[in-house]
Amino acid sequence: MSVPQVELKNMTKRFGANLALNNVSLPIRSGTVHALLGENGAGKSTLVKCLVGFYHPDEGHIQVDGREHRLNSPKDADALGIGMVYQHFTLVPSMTVAQNLVVSSATLPAYINWQSELKRLARVTRKLPFHVPLDVRVSQLSAGEKQKAEIVKQLYLGRKLLILDEPTSVLTPAEADEVLGHVRSLTRTGALSAILISHKFREVRRFADDVTVLRRGASVRTGAVADLTDDALAEAMIGEPVSKMVQHAPKLPPKPNVVLSIRDLCANGDNGLPAVKDLSLEVRAGEIVGIAGVSGNGQLELVEAMMGQRDRNGTIAVSGSSFNGTRKEIARLGVYGLPQEPLKNACIDRMSLAENLALRNFDRVPLCRGIAMNYRALAEQAERLVAQFRVKAPGLNASMSALSGGNVQRAVLARELTQDVRLLVASNPTFGLDFVACEETYRRILEARNGGAAVLLISEDLDELLGLVDRLLVMSGGRIVHEVSAEGADKRVIGKYMAGMKAA
Amino acid sequence: MDAASIGWLALPLAILGGAIRVSTPFIFVSIGELITEKSGRINLGLEGTLMLGAMAGYGISYLSGSPWLGVLSAGLAGMAFGLLHGLLCSVKRVNDTAIGISLIVLGTGLAFFLGKPLIEPKAPPLPSIALGFWSSVPQVRAALDVNALFFVGIALAFAVYVFLNRTGWGLMLRTVGDSEEAARALGFPVLRVRIIATMAGGFLAGVGGSFLSLSYPGSWSEGLSSGQGIMAVALVIFARWRSINALGASLLFGGAGALGPALQGIGVTGYYYLFNAAPYVLTLAIMVASTSRAAPFADAPGELKLHR
Repeated sequence: MSVPQVELKNMTKRFGANLALNNVSLPIRSGTVHALLGENGAGKSTLVKCLVGFYHPDEGHIQVDGREHRLNSPKDADALGIGMVYQHFTLVPSMTVAQNLVVSSATLPAYINWQSELKRLARVTRKLPFHVPLDVRVSQLSAGEKQKAEIVKQLYLGRKLLILDEPTSVLTPAEADEVLGHVRSLTRTGALSAILISHKFREVRRFADDVTVLRRGASVRTGAVADLTDDALAEAMIGEPVSKMVQHAPKLPPKPNVVLSIRDLCANGDNGLPAVKDLSLEVRAGEIVGIAGVSGNGQLELVEAMMGQRDRNGTIAVSGSSFNGTRKEIARLGVYGLPQEPLKNACIDRMSLAENLALRNFDRVPLCRGIAMNYRALAEQAERLVAQFRVKAPGLNASMSALSGGNVQRAVLARELTQDVRLLVASNPTFGLDFVACEETYRRILEARNGGAAVLLISEDLDELLGLVDRLLVMSGGRIVHEVSAEGADKRVIGKYMAGMKAA
Repeated sequence: MDAASIGWLALPLAILGGAIRVSTPFIFVSIGELITEKSGRINLGLEGTLMLGAMAGYGISYLSGSPWLGVLSAGLAGMAFGLLHGLLCSVKRVNDTAIGISLIVLGTGLAFFLGKPLIEPKAPPLPSIALGFWSSVPQVRAALDVNALFFVGIALAFAVYVFLNRTGWGLMLRTVGDSEEAARALGFPVLRVRIIATMAGGFLAGVGGSFLSLSYPGSWSEGLSSGQGIMAVALVIFARWRSINALGASLLFGGAGALGPALQGIGVTGYYYLFNAAPYVLTLAIMVASTSRAAPFADAPGELKLHR
């Protein structure tokens, strides 16, 4: 069984006026891992979606073993042994792993005798390096198990080229190493080639042979990983020399007064099952407390319950008074937030930039007079905030959805952080943002802390947390299972707690 | 043994007979709706399909003299309506709920319009099987005089169970209904599967409609359906999208629907309209119970987006 040599040549793809791919070539040497680096929107997904037959390139073609192929649908990619593991899993949640495997095979069986089918699947999957239970519903698997099940599915289908789209974003560091380690060793035996889409240099360095960097739809750097330094890769990614990561402001001792106090909080998830279980925590003025955890361990429900967006039991107090997320309390107690995906969760996308900037205070003087809005004051405020936070927009009256992701984030930062912030709740605030917008977000969060605010930072990115927090909590299965100060933090220990391997 | 001597036993017997009779259209419509919903779409228009099927079945049976040909054409008329729903909903930004409601109006309107000349004539009805032949009690014989379509319905529930769990096509249908993303990644023709599923659902609803006009007493009128097509949607939710459950739920709804007439039959005439409302009260109660915020809702096909 030989692994084909796959090559994408001079691929160009336009979406309307937008040039998503500009003459990109990507050679994948047989039996290697080729990393694809780039910021969000650089064209990584578009490129691989052409390779699996989802998109059709306007120009360029795909060569497999020297022969040109046209891929019209995922079925064609299938026939060539090309398969993709998507970031958002494509297993059917209500079906078992075995049912998922059967339904993914090239020809659907007419009648399935589950007894003999299960025996056959067990025989086939036993030879693979990953172990996943076959008769469990996918919705009951952890994120790590789902990822493994996806890869098992691809290997079961006899794929020779595996595309992994940010595979480790939902895994603990240990799980990530395990999964990528297995993929790496499979490529070494010559059974597989892989494309690894990532933005983590550490993974690229450790598990990839070659790397190609995309920026704004063009391939700007390509070569063996060993020949390129991290700085060179970062520079290629953002297009300018890297300014050093924000320096930690000299750490001030936290003030003694507790701002946020959560006692025995319980809340249910959308499926009606408990997602947050008897959770208690405190955040003091002038400190950043981070919550680490693998996605889906109750972080989302915690934030929503805290902000009054979800039914809850237990007590939440801000500066000593009970907090239920009403508009009055938010203004009086100074509670503000940076949610993930700010366009969706912190803005009204069809309203204008100026109106979105006024969402916190449109009902207060000077923005309103009685029941009437003062549009001049609203415009003045917007102008001031846009200048102060360098928001780039087609105009103050442009609809919010016309702004780029980074500028939406700047607008939200401007709106939230120019209030009298005493408690800031940030949840995955840099998810999907480009390098520069991330840096700016970090800087503003640190400024808020140094200004005396209490900050609760929930993030799935452990490196981000360790760079910012004063104290770190680990959340797993809806509970806080570990607490450590920033100085004493050990990534491996934290990873074990994230994986739920140690009980509290 | 004479009729009077069975006394209070007449009530459960009447309910049993009524349950079998009233549940038959429920079985067909709910299993049809179940197949459609498993593909990720809701067809609310089955009430219209039901009326169209009742009219078409009666008309063809009258013209051809064969009630089974009537059943088949009722199914085909329903299938055409399913195709219409399926195609319209495949256009971007068209909402399946709105299309469904407009199809209720279109279907009933069309059935009334085309059915005008059918009110007078008498079409040959569907045969029934006299399971009560062993008894000399007329109530027992009446209750066990079961229409042939009822047995087709029971077989259908089991056939759909096997289809959904033990065939490749069934798994494909569930994939399409549960996660469009997964289905696309596997290269399944999502729209085609949904259109075919909606057509299958329309066919069964049409057959259910033909039962209304072609079973005892066997006549066409504009008041034949009393919302069975709409209630079937609630029934599918109650049955948690499982065909065997849908069979049981149909019998339950049928029993509730037979309560009023059965009580009247043994002489309890007070609260007649109140007892007749039983199926509607049941529908309401089920909708309230199954949309509770706290109850897990894991069985619903993901693409129906019933969460939140």
